[in-house]
Amino acid sequence: MKAVCWMGTEKMTVENVPDPKILNPRDAIVRITSTCICGSDLHLYNGLMPTMEQGDIMGHEFMGEVVEIGAGVDREKLKVGDRVVVPFTIACGRCFFCQQQLWSCCDNSNPNYWIAEKLMGYSPSGLFGYTHMLGGYAGGQAQYARVPFADVGPLRIPAGIPDEQVVFLSDIFPTGYMGAENCNIQPGDTVAIWGCGPVGQFAIRSAFLLGAERVIAIDRFDYRLQLAEQAGAEIINYEEVDDVVQLLKDMTGNIGPDACMDAVGMEAHYSGPMWAIDRTKQVLKMQPDRPGVLRQAIMACRKGGTVSVPGVYGGFIDKMPMGAYVNKGLTMKTGQTHMMRYMKPLLELIQGGKIDPSFVVSHRVPIDKAPEMYKVFRDKKDHCTKVVLDPWADGVRVAA
Amino acid sequence: MSEAARIHLKNAQGRHYRAATAFRWGALITGGALALIGLSKRSKSGVAIATAGGLLSYAGAKAGAKQRDLIARSSILLNCTPEQAYQFWSKFENLPLFMRHLESVTLLGDTRSRWTAIGPLGKRVIWDAEIAFDRKDDVIAWRSLPDSEIYVDGIVKFRNAPANRGTIITVVVVYQPPAGAIGGVLSRILGKDPSFMMRQDLRRLKALIEAGEIPTVEGQSHGPRSSVAAFARVLNPDDPIKGEGNLTDIANARRRAS
Repeated sequence: MKAVCWMGTEKMTVENVPDPKILNPRDAIVRITSTCICGSDLHLYNGLMPTMEQGDIMGHEFMGEVVEIGAGVDREKLKVGDRVVVPFTIACGRCFFCQQQLWSCCDNSNPNYWIAEKLMGYSPSGLFGYTHMLGGYAGGQAQYARVPFADVGPLRIPAGIPDEQVVFLSDIFPTGYMGAENCNIQPGDTVAIWGCGPVGQFAIRSAFLLGAERVIAIDRFDYRLQLAEQAGAEIINYEEVDDVVQLLKDMTGNIGPDACMDAVGMEAHYSGPMWAIDRTKQVLKMQPDRPGVLRQAIMACRKGGTVSVPGVYGGFIDKMPMGAYVNKGLTMKTGQTHMMRYMKPLLELIQGGKIDPSFVVSHRVPIDKAPEMYKVFRDKKDHCTKVVLDPWADGVRVAA
Repeated sequence: MSEAARIHLKNAQGRHYRAATAFRWGALITGGALALIGLSKRSKSGVAIATAGGLLSYAGAKAGAKQRDLIARSSILLNCTPEQAYQFWSKFENLPLFMRHLESVTLLGDTRSRWTAIGPLGKRVIWDAEIAFDRKDDVIAWRSLPDSEIYVDGIVKFRNAPANRGTIITVVVVYQPPAGAIGGVLSRILGKDPSFMMRQDLRRLKALIEAGEIPTVEGQSHGPRSSVAAFARVLNPDDPIKGEGNLTDIANARRRAS
C-alpha cells in the first residue's frame, strides 16, 4: 500500500509498504477513505519531537471502512463493513483512566510506556503516527491502517454524510471543543484564543456554542483571521500591534479575558529577546518547546481565570511566569483530547446542522502530493488551512 | 544432576549469600504479627517470608543487599480484585505471558516448577523452583531449589486498593548470578536496572489483565529503516528507539534499558 513516511527532518516521502496485519486480538484493519495532515504533524516534519525513526508512517486523522477485525473485537461495537472515524488517541477502555473518561491517559495502549515515563513521569495513551515515545504506532496517512482496541475508539458513521464533514472528528474538532470546554465558560465570558489554525477555528466555534459572549482570535495570517471573523470572533493580527497583552486588557476594560487558550503550542512565533533565546535553545536541542504564547496567555488572563492549552508541547519550557500564575489564582487545563468523550455528541451537532466542519478544508489532494503539502502547510502558503488527502486518488491499489 | 547444577555447587560462595539473603528477608517484613516460615532445607538460618499484611520494605531490601545481588522490585495497580490477580499469578505457567525474558515455566509437581529464561542470542538459563509460601489472595513466595543453576527468591503481595480501585501488587525478586557464563547471561537479561525490567513486566501484566492483550507494534508496516538503525536493532532487540533521540533524557532512558 501507499503510505506517507517520515524519512528525517523535512523529509517526507510516499513509500510502498506492506499492508498492515492484525497483530492483537482487539485490532481491526481499516481501508482509509480520507486522511489529513494535522498541525501537530508539522512538529514532526520540523524534527522537533524526539523519538521519530526513519520509515515511520505518519498521520493520525483518518476514517474509512473496516475490512478485517480480530477475534477479540466486540462484534456488537464493530464489524466488517462499518464506516468509521478513528480517533487519534488509542484507549483500552478498561483501565482506571478509561473508566474515568480520561481516554487520552489510557494506561495500556503505549508499548513504549517507559520512554514517555522517563520524560513525563507517566505515559499518556498511545497515538497513531506520533513518535515512538507515544507508542510508535503506524499512522493513517496511508491506504490502510491497523487500529488497536478497535471496539473502543472508532465511531460508526451513518451513510449519507460526506467524509469531509466527519473526518475531523478524528482529532481537530474534538480537540478544539475540549479546548473550549476547558475554558470553563460562564455566561458573559470573553475568551482569547491564540492560534487560528484548524484547532483554533474549531475552538472559536465551540466557545460560542458553549456560551461565550466574546471570542478574541489572535494570529498573524489574514486569511486565517478572516475565517475566525466569519465565525463571529474579534481578531488581532499580532504582527500589527505592539503588545498583545496590553491590547487584550484595553479590549476588556482592564479586566482581562476570562479564559485564555493556547492553540499554538511548541512552535509559537513572537518577538523580543525571549524569542531569540527560545529559538536558539530549540535549535541547539536544549529545549524542544518555544512557549511564547503560553507566557502571553498567562500574563493576559484575568485574575481567577482559566488557561486552556490544547496546543502541543513536547518537553520542558523556561521562564514560565509562575508568579503571575500563582498570584492571580489561575487554573490551567490541558491534555491530549479525551476523544471518546466528544466524538458522538459532536457527530450529533454535525447531524443537527449546528456546525459543518468542512469549512476548514483548503486543499484536497491525492496522497502522492502529501510531501509537498507538508511544506505548503508549514509555510502557510497558498492560504493553506487544512489538507485532506485521498489515498486512492488515482484509483490504483498499490500492492506491496 | 545437570552440568549447570554442578557448576553451581562448585560456587563455594553460594551458601554465604543464601544465609545473608535469609536475614534480609527478615528485614523485609514489616508489621506486627509475623509468621516466619523456617526453610531449613534451604539454609541453616531459614528463609523468612513476609506474610502478615506487611508491605515489602524498600529500605530493608536495600540495606541488606549484597553487591552481587540483583534485586528487582516494583508494584502496580491492577483494575481487578485481589482474587483475580492471585489466581492469575499463582498459575506460574502464566508468568511467561508477561515476563519478557521468561520462555516457559512448567510444573513439576504441586509446588515445584522448572523455569527457563532466554537471554541474548537465544542463550537459556534454566532453574527449578518451589513455592515457599502461599496464602490465597494474599501472598505467594517462591525460591529456586538448592541444586539450581541460579539463586532466585521471589515474593508477590496482593492487596486491595482504596475505594475499590483494584488491587495493588508488589513484587520483589532477588537474583544471585553465579560466576561464569550463566551468571553473565542472567546479568544481561536483567540489565543494569532489574527493577526497571520488572516494571516493564508488570505493565505488560496490567495490560493483559485489564485490556486482555499486551499493546505492541512489533510486526507492523513501516517504510525503509536506516541501515544504522537496523544494525542497532540486531544488537539490542529490546530497545525500541533507533531514531533521533535528541533529548538527554531519552538518551539516559535508552542507556538504562540497554
